Amino acid sequence: MNPRLAEQLATLPDTFSHHLLLSLSALLTGILVCFPLAILVSRIKALQWPALALASVVQTIPGLALLALMVPLLGQIGFLPAFLALVLYSMLPILHNTVSGIVGLDRSILEAARGIGMGPAQQLLQVELPLAAPVIVAGIRTSAVWIVGTATLATPVGATSLGNHIFSGLQTQNPTAVVVGCLAAAALAMTLDQLIGWLQRAAERRSYRSGLAAGASLICLFLVGLLPLASRWGPGTTSSTQVVVGAKTFTEQYVLAEFLRLTLEQAGLEAESKTSLGSTILFDALAKGEVDCYVDYSGTLWANLMKRSDIPPRDVLIEELARWLENSHQVTLLGILGFENTYALALPEETAKRHGISDLAELAPHTPRLRIGSDYEFFGRPEWRSLKDQYGLRFSEQRTFDPSLMYAAIQAGSVDVISAYSTDGRIIDYNLVVLGDPKGALPPYDAVLLLSAAAARRPELVAALTAVLGKISNATMRQANKLVDQQKRSIPEAAVFVQRTVHSGKRSGLAVPPSLLREICPSLMGRTFDPKVFHYGREIRPEGIQYPPRWEHVACRKSIRRFAKQPNCFASLYARRISLFSRCPT
Amino acid sequence: MMPERHTMVQLERVSKVYQKSAVPAVQEISLEIPTGEFLVLVGESGCGKTTTLKMINRLVEPSAGRIVVDGQDVMSSNPIELRRAIGYVFQGIGLFPHMTVAENVGIVPRLLRWEPSAIAHRVDELMGMMGLASEEYLQRMPSELSGGQQQRVGVARALAGRPKILLMDEPFGALDPVTRDALQREFQSLQKSIGLTVVMVTHDMTEALLLADRIAVMQQGRLLQIGTPREMLTHPGDAHITTLLETPRRQAASLERVLKPGQL
Repeated sequence: MNPRLAEQLATLPDTFSHHLLLSLSALLTGILVCFPLAILVSRIKALQWPALALASVVQTIPGLALLALMVPLLGQIGFLPAFLALVLYSMLPILHNTVSGIVGLDRSILEAARGIGMGPAQQLLQVELPLAAPVIVAGIRTSAVWIVGTATLATPVGATSLGNHIFSGLQTQNPTAVVVGCLAAAALAMTLDQLIGWLQRAAERRSYRSGLAAGASLICLFLVGLLPLASRWGPGTTSSTQVVVGAKTFTEQYVLAEFLRLTLEQAGLEAESKTSLGSTILFDALAKGEVDCYVDYSGTLWANLMKRSDIPPRDVLIEELARWLENSHQVTLLGILGFENTYALALPEETAKRHGISDLAELAPHTPRLRIGSDYEFFGRPEWRSLKDQYGLRFSEQRTFDPSLMYAAIQAGSVDVISAYSTDGRIIDYNLVVLGDPKGALPPYDAVLLLSAAAARRPELVAALTAVLGKISNATMRQANKLVDQQKRSIPEAAVFVQRTVHSGKRSGLAVPPSLLREICPSLMGRTFDPKVFHYGREIRPEGIQYPPRWEHVACRKSIRRFAKQPNCFASLYARRISLFSRCPT
Repeated sequence: MMPERHTMVQLERVSKVYQKSAVPAVQEISLEIPTGEFLVLVGESGCGKTTTLKMINRLVEPSAGRIVVDGQDVMSSNPIELRRAIGYVFQGIGLFPHMTVAENVGIVPRLLRWEPSAIAHRVDELMGMMGLASEEYLQRMPSELSGGQQQRVGVARALAGRPKILLMDEPFGALDPVTRDALQREFQSLQKSIGLTVVMVTHDMTEALLLADRIAVMQQGRLLQIGTPREMLTHPGDAHITTLLETPRRQAASLERVLKPGQL
């Protein structure tokens, strides 16, 4: 079998079970809530309009938005917000059909029921509900199909569903995953539709036997679908010590989550990953402790969470960000991973060579003869204005593309320069050169490892993750992304690749602010080891050039160990939100 | 020897005013219906005859006045028990479309919590009374029956709980003339044989003249006149009643002319 298909099918029973559990529990709750409500509404005419209007309003909220809204409302991610959103979503068809089924009954039959001496309950149970049953069941049927479809959107709010295949497939350009997810959801929806349709026809023909058969089939489907989950419901499987690794919705994040999970498991910690979460949802989940760690980007947090628009030097930004995260959200910025994923201008290698362009300053004089292509948002972002102003870029034409078409456009020669993501595997694939930013016009988008308050209190977890800080280079990440995006390898394969690279790499250096060093470990002062100097993982002093005044110390691997052994050293560094930042040479 | 005729239904100055309408639907009607009488309420649409009928089993509650059924004021009796003790044949039949003929006929005994065997026996008995073969019809759905058969089932259902009183709201209105005639005659003889007190509503004076022991004519919520068919025909006390009687008179005259071809 195709390995990509096999990979998807391996996780399918689990996602299918979760999807079924989520859908059916939402449907059942929807029925349990709407049924009495509808009966009440059918009795009290004044309630009819407001109830149906409210349900209609809920229905007009796009599914994804409704699901996402539940997260801040409930203050948590996972099953509950998805479940509640789906219950709300299920209400309109059930409510509407039950009300109109009862209200639309022949008045003369209801009068007959009253006239022969039926009490209100007898009239409801023996006459109204049996007669309205086909319409009511039709509403449940509509609702079931809606719920199964919408439940695929539960993935970004942290509930496992068939959407896991679809979301990760879309982001990692894995059509197999998307198709598997869609087909499974469609099959489930159609099966439910057919079974409930059977129930509906039974209600129409008033055949109790086929109604029972349909009901029994529904229960069987439910039980069979839940088997994969039931096997995991043994005692003590979900321990509180389990580490939850989060990921946003793109390839790099999936790979990193898997990499972190592997790293934690090898350190003897139980870990699971929760992927395809919305960006802000993921951060909120971390702040609430539902996710223990994930990788974010310094510039993103700076702009989106801190709402800052200035671009300070990289070290200042990280320090301020770390302090702010700790103080406002009790989130620990453990350190940087070593690579950054930023907007970067890229152009074909041959163009770069022909014109001798290696950075933006060298590109500037050529821009009046060059065309630039970008994704939907870059030209509207502050980074672009900053770039244009600082380097005086005057491109002859600006064109906007879908990200995947942007690369095709530069290959076809429709544009000469594009705004790429610096870790995008396609940079290698399309033979592009990323231009340097000597003036620091682009904000730093260092990948930073964030920990929840609870995770930060677990020394074994902190130690395991600290070991990988600064070890993932731009090239490594780019290669890992390329493995998934272009070479159609699986996420775990790419994660193993990252892990192998990390383990083979050597720490080449360490740089900490001298004031701190003097305070903590004066014996290391003045020792140098490697001509390359890194600050927070970024090389700040090319060979042969004087150290910048603030960053004068470089330590070797041995020194780092000694440094770390100093009493209170780690704790002290930690208290200042500064860790051992280094990176392996690329 | 006259059997003792005690009053089964008594209406004393009964009025009904619906909330949304200024004109009362029924105005100060007084009626006494002895046990075993077939009383027909006649009048045009909207004259209040159906409202009067529905007040007898509290489907509609009177705004003023007193209604006594079998010695008890309806307002002081439990409406559900009252309705179970009074048979009702509905305009438009009103059979439950989701129940079989057997279930429809047996519904009141079921509500009265009879033994299942007693219900089955009673249903069988009524089917025989209504001239419907049990084995053929019991398991059918109402939609599988003709109009006449449906109304027979409707009457059987109304009689199932052995009521002392039967209320009928235009029971034969929707039937074709042949079926109507047959059913009317069958019903009349049944009523006499079991000594049932019947209050029937119709707008058809001919039907009233043919079936009733006494006719009560209503107009705009008031009772115009009450009397036997003969009294109505011989002493119509009101111009409106004369108008109502015109149709049966004309029909009778036309029939006579047909029967005497020499005069044509």
